[in-house]
Amino acid sequence: MLLSIKNLHASINGKEILKGIDLEVNYGEVHAIMGPNGTGKSTLAAVIAGRDLFEVTEGEVKYKDKDLLKVPVEERAREGIFLGFQYPVEIPGVSITNFLRTALNELRKYRGLDPMSAVEFLKLMEEKKKLVEIQSNLTNRSVNEGFSGGEKKKNEIFQMAMLDPVLAILDETDSGLDIDALRIVAKGVNHLRRKDNAFLIITHYQRLLEYIIPDYVHVLFEGKIVKSGGKELAIELEEKGYDWLKNT
Amino acid sequence: MESESNKILNAFTQSEYKYGFITDIETDMAPEGLNEDIIRFISEKKQEPAFLLEFRLKSYRYWLTMKEPKWANIHYPKIDFQDIIYYAAPGKKKIPGSLDEVDPELLDTFNKLGISLNEQKKLTGVAVDAVMDSVSVKTTFSETLLKLGIIFCSFSEAVKNHPDLIKQYMGTVVPYTDNYFATLNSAVFTDGSFCYIPKGVRCPVELSTYFRINAANTGQFERTLIIAEEGAYVSYMEGCTAPQRDTNQLHAAIVEIIALKDAEVKYATVQNWYPGNKKGEGGIYNFVTKRGICKGNNSRISWTQVETGSAITWKYPSCILLGDNSVGEFYSVAVANNFQQADTGTKMQHLGKNTRSTIISKGISGGNGNNSYRGLVRIAKNAVNSRNYSQCDSLLLGNKCGAHTFPYIQVENKSSIVEHEATTSKISEDQLFYCQQRGIDMESAIGLIVNGYAKEVLNKLPMEFAMEAQKLLSVSLEGSVG
Repeated sequence: MLLSIKNLHASINGKEILKGIDLEVNYGEVHAIMGPNGTGKSTLAAVIAGRDLFEVTEGEVKYKDKDLLKVPVEERAREGIFLGFQYPVEIPGVSITNFLRTALNELRKYRGLDPMSAVEFLKLMEEKKKLVEIQSNLTNRSVNEGFSGGEKKKNEIFQMAMLDPVLAILDETDSGLDIDALRIVAKGVNHLRRKDNAFLIITHYQRLLEYIIPDYVHVLFEGKIVKSGGKELAIELEEKGYDWLKNT
Repeated sequence: MESESNKILNAFTQSEYKYGFITDIETDMAPEGLNEDIIRFISEKKQEPAFLLEFRLKSYRYWLTMKEPKWANIHYPKIDFQDIIYYAAPGKKKIPGSLDEVDPELLDTFNKLGISLNEQKKLTGVAVDAVMDSVSVKTTFSETLLKLGIIFCSFSEAVKNHPDLIKQYMGTVVPYTDNYFATLNSAVFTDGSFCYIPKGVRCPVELSTYFRINAANTGQFERTLIIAEEGAYVSYMEGCTAPQRDTNQLHAAIVEIIALKDAEVKYATVQNWYPGNKKGEGGIYNFVTKRGICKGNNSRISWTQVETGSAITWKYPSCILLGDNSVGEFYSVAVANNFQQADTGTKMQHLGKNTRSTIISKGISGGNGNNSYRGLVRIAKNAVNSRNYSQCDSLLLGNKCGAHTFPYIQVENKSSIVEHEATTSKISEDQLFYCQQRGIDMESAIGLIVNGYAKEVLNKLPMEFAMEAQKLLSVSLEGSVG
């Protein structure tokens, strides 16, 4: 078992957002989490990544069979948890190259490896850039500064490809993307999909799931997972809309 | 959100000042205090010609009539000028001719600071003048430079070997009457660097001076003079450190630059004097007057400074743009962390036609630090078609620190254009979380973000200095967010 969440409750400023989540993710699986806006999808992603804006009031989260909730944010990242942000933040003056090299070498240090040489690193970047079809000069620009919405999302997928996580959580990476960008994002995920990693894909729409075929689909509604199923659940949802859930 | 901020504050452990060691070395000192006898003592120690003693005494007498300036946005207890030792020299009295003659303890000191006085330094293309307390210890490389006609030596040596140049230029950019601390320096200055680039010569290496205060209770009053003749070019770097002591020490320096027709001088400083501890005890009081004159047409002077040290920084590297089409530049990163106070900026005096100036100032405040930008842009009546662009940014790393901007703009003709932009920003929780989520810990994340913020200025530093400055910025900001 890679990730196991039991009865997770979390709140912000005293307001409860997650009201008892149960979820299990095994190696090699792709899980989609769907649901209307404001039901706690992004909160779930943030809690797994360790954002301390949210207070966990009840329940447990185990990652690689260890209690995740006490682990600092950067250590979760070094243990292979990656969060693709819904709204990636700008870091003026810090080039993507510099940012990623710092991040990658931190991961390597944690795993007892030497820093990657500049040559090796550039080679790796070239390879991954092709995968997500980003322009080669993009990596010289400051992180997310002046990026279009599509560029920001592609940059998240690019970073994911570079850091090669064990558990990748993509928080509405598809929102605001045109069909070409969507296809590229999906290509990135499908390329990285292996037996020794897993994906948690949070999305509002079924559209992305036409390109990334999930093993499981969960519906999050008012802080709880109200329905789980296979990939056909996404299609059912698309047809019937979220209102359908209120009556189930 | 308060608890979040506190958590971040507590997450840091304060880093100790890395250069705070004391070298145990025999020191030749003047008695404490200041009077005409002390000035005569210094002059005699340095075997100076009569004109210099006269200059010192004239300055001293003028200084007695002056009052300490109070207009800067800095607060400190009154300095007792009788409580300072005005001359301290490391042991040996004669000027060393080769490294073998330099006290091994001293060489060790500079090695610890990462400054090699060996001629091997040639490989990296940097010529170094190292000044400990009041005396220049060793100037590397000067023989090679001499073949090109470049003079690069300690100020004392210049007084001995090139008194005419000293007489002609010293005090012409910063007159002895200029300001309280400059006048004090003119009376008691001990050593510093001298640099002369002859007509049409492009100095092939970076020239560099490294200043170190070692002895306790001493002031350091160095004086640097750079002269670039017609069409000459030089890039000059200055670095500074001091041991950790719990009393404050005074540093009052002067730098004068003269650029003649078509000449260019670039002056870079990485100032890392001991800033005091996290309670605000000790540290260097840094009162410095730096000024350059673009005397000839088409000349250029640029100042780049990274100010991370000192308890108090009071410093306004300035340009007098006298020649037509001359250019002045000022690029600054100033850090005020813990209880540091910085009041720094520049003056751009446009006197010639079509003169241009650029000011980029990046202030960083953390802890209880207080950072002020103070700058004057004056465009005189005859400086037609002149231009200035100023950008003053402030970055706040907590909610107990301060950032202030005091721009003064005087434009006396209608054909000139002055632009001023200013921003204030904070490192956001979102930025930190983003970095941490990628595996970068908080301290490295702050270092990364701050270096990104200061990049425009850091890019102006010579390569050899840029790396050092980047590390210094990260280190000096540990424990700053709160």
